[in-house]
Amino acid sequence: MDFSALNPVSLMVSLIIAATPILLAAVGELVVEKSGVLNLGVEGMMIIGAIAGFAISVETGNPWIGMLAAMFAGAILALIFGFMTQFLMSNQVATGLALTLFGLGMAALLGQSYTGMKPPSTPHLNIPVLSDLPVVGSILFSHDPMIYMSIALVTGVWYFLNRTRGGLVLRAVGENHDAAHSLGYNVVLIRMGAIAFGGACAGLGGAYLSLVRVPQWTEGMTAGAGWIALAIVVFASWKPWRLILGAYLFGGVTILQLNLQALGIGISAAYLSMTPYLITIIVMVIISADRRRASMNAPASLGRIFHASH
Amino acid sequence: MKFTTTLAAAAALALGLGGSAIAQTKAGFIYVGPVGDLGWSYEHDQGRQAVVEAFGDAVETTYVESVPEGADAERVMTQMALGGADIIFTTSFGYMDPTLNVAAKFPNVKFEHATGYKRADNVSTYSARFYEGRHVIGLIAGRMTESNTVGYIASFPIPEVVRGINAAYLAAKSVNPDVQFKVVWVYTWFDPGKEADAANALIEQGADVIMQHTDSPAAMTIAEEKGIFAFGQASDMMQFGPTARLSSIIDNWGPYYVERVKAVMDGTWASVDTWDGIAPGMVEIGEFSDRIPADVQAEAQAASDAIAAGTLHPFTGPINKQDGSVWLAAGETADDGTLAGMNFYVEGVEGELPN
Repeated sequence: MDFSALNPVSLMVSLIIAATPILLAAVGELVVEKSGVLNLGVEGMMIIGAIAGFAISVETGNPWIGMLAAMFAGAILALIFGFMTQFLMSNQVATGLALTLFGLGMAALLGQSYTGMKPPSTPHLNIPVLSDLPVVGSILFSHDPMIYMSIALVTGVWYFLNRTRGGLVLRAVGENHDAAHSLGYNVVLIRMGAIAFGGACAGLGGAYLSLVRVPQWTEGMTAGAGWIALAIVVFASWKPWRLILGAYLFGGVTILQLNLQALGIGISAAYLSMTPYLITIIVMVIISADRRRASMNAPASLGRIFHASH
Repeated sequence: MKFTTTLAAAAALALGLGGSAIAQTKAGFIYVGPVGDLGWSYEHDQGRQAVVEAFGDAVETTYVESVPEGADAERVMTQMALGGADIIFTTSFGYMDPTLNVAAKFPNVKFEHATGYKRADNVSTYSARFYEGRHVIGLIAGRMTESNTVGYIASFPIPEVVRGINAAYLAAKSVNPDVQFKVVWVYTWFDPGKEADAANALIEQGADVIMQHTDSPAAMTIAEEKGIFAFGQASDMMQFGPTARLSSIIDNWGPYYVERVKAVMDGTWASVDTWDGIAPGMVEIGEFSDRIPADVQAEAQAASDAIAAGTLHPFTGPINKQDGSVWLAAGETADDGTLAGMNFYVEGVEGELPN
């Protein structure tokens, strides 16, 4: 077997591109869950972001305006969920699932006239000297800016949750909404903010898929990426840094197995294609081996309806 | 997904029940992907629309898209049958056992299962001889590749897909002895992200022509972006790769669907096994790109004509299996039974066939 044909640099680049949509959606959902809300509508918000980002990019010729539009569209959809669950006290699981269905249908409708179109290309970073460095240059300094944005976003979320007062309040709301309420914090408002942020992130992840990873619009193109993002939040046991690990591991194994197949390695393709899921399961088993610690990480009020009793 | 299909089915049934009381023939269609995939499911829906066009108000059609293969499919079929469907087209290989199960419960409903091999008194099977199309585009691929490496994105290791790989490889090999096929199995019919990743992996490994047996145009988009060649699959896909697309294999289900629905209306429907190719028009070869040299275009057209005329069979011996054992002696052609159950690579295809 000639492994020299396997170029680690381009593997890394494809890995990062495959992992970024999931990472973006997952970091948003992490904040939502930290505030004590379970929004299962990630898939729906992603696909709305995918079509909104695609359509606006095509209309304006500017992918950045498209991505902003995708964030906006994702946030609007999320706020519908927020209104139903926070003000009308609807069940979060059912509402989240409905949001996914609504998003998929709505995106298909909006996207009808956009199939077969070509989006404007997203420029890649080109820093003199740095981008031209061998190996390191292509792995670290020559992506489209969204990749760096996603890492910065994870860093920002980590900083916000663990190092700021606002983050502390958000976590308090997620751990015990009654206590937070009695301290005078506006639980519903804080949660609405988190939900909108989650929607914007999911929308951006969707736009990354339709503008960079595949570049095209096809109905149902997220094909379950939102569900993987949800799984990765649990995988990361609600810790932002582990999201990067989870997303890149999943993306990496997916890309690696495709490349190994193309290389003609003597392992059956059936086993290779199983590996991303298998490794995810194994890591989850390891992480949850200590059950007490694992359950401590989950926000205590996750998915519970908050009703302010006067 | 589960909920999508259930809801969609419920909606379809609600619409169906709300229709007029005139004795209408009801035809149901179940698709594995969205009708907007611009590939496999899209073409089946074009077939459904041909039925609508042919019979107007005399036939009522309903469809449910993105139905996962397995238990969900069985539920959707059952709901369609309960909703009064007279004939149900189940359009993916993985619907085979669910179709048989539901058909056993509804002996008066006719079922048409695409690409399968199990039949019953009320279950017909139909498929197209896509391998004839694969032969034609395989010839083009063999002529057009400069790196002598053709990348092939395969979905599931079922006879249908294996047959396509073998047919394309043999044709490419016949015009280019140095050609090599790299096959990547993605284990999905529709996942644009993964299909794009697979195309990138193949290009990375030196492929300069991509063929696919998956349903979305993602690979075509990547081929266009990377400046290599690709072929439209199931539908033409021209708009996704104006320069990359060399030709395409187009599925044309309309005439068959019209014929079968007509048979139900006339009461002449019987369980049959249909396997049509280029000659009756179930498989169409898309227009050749200008980038294909005139002599190669002529060669491909000649092959297509010869297949249609019955003078050329894509599987004509001598052909050995991958392990070197003899499959077809010189001049011998493959019989339909072996083709329908094909579970081996021919000699020269690299890699192990997953089972």
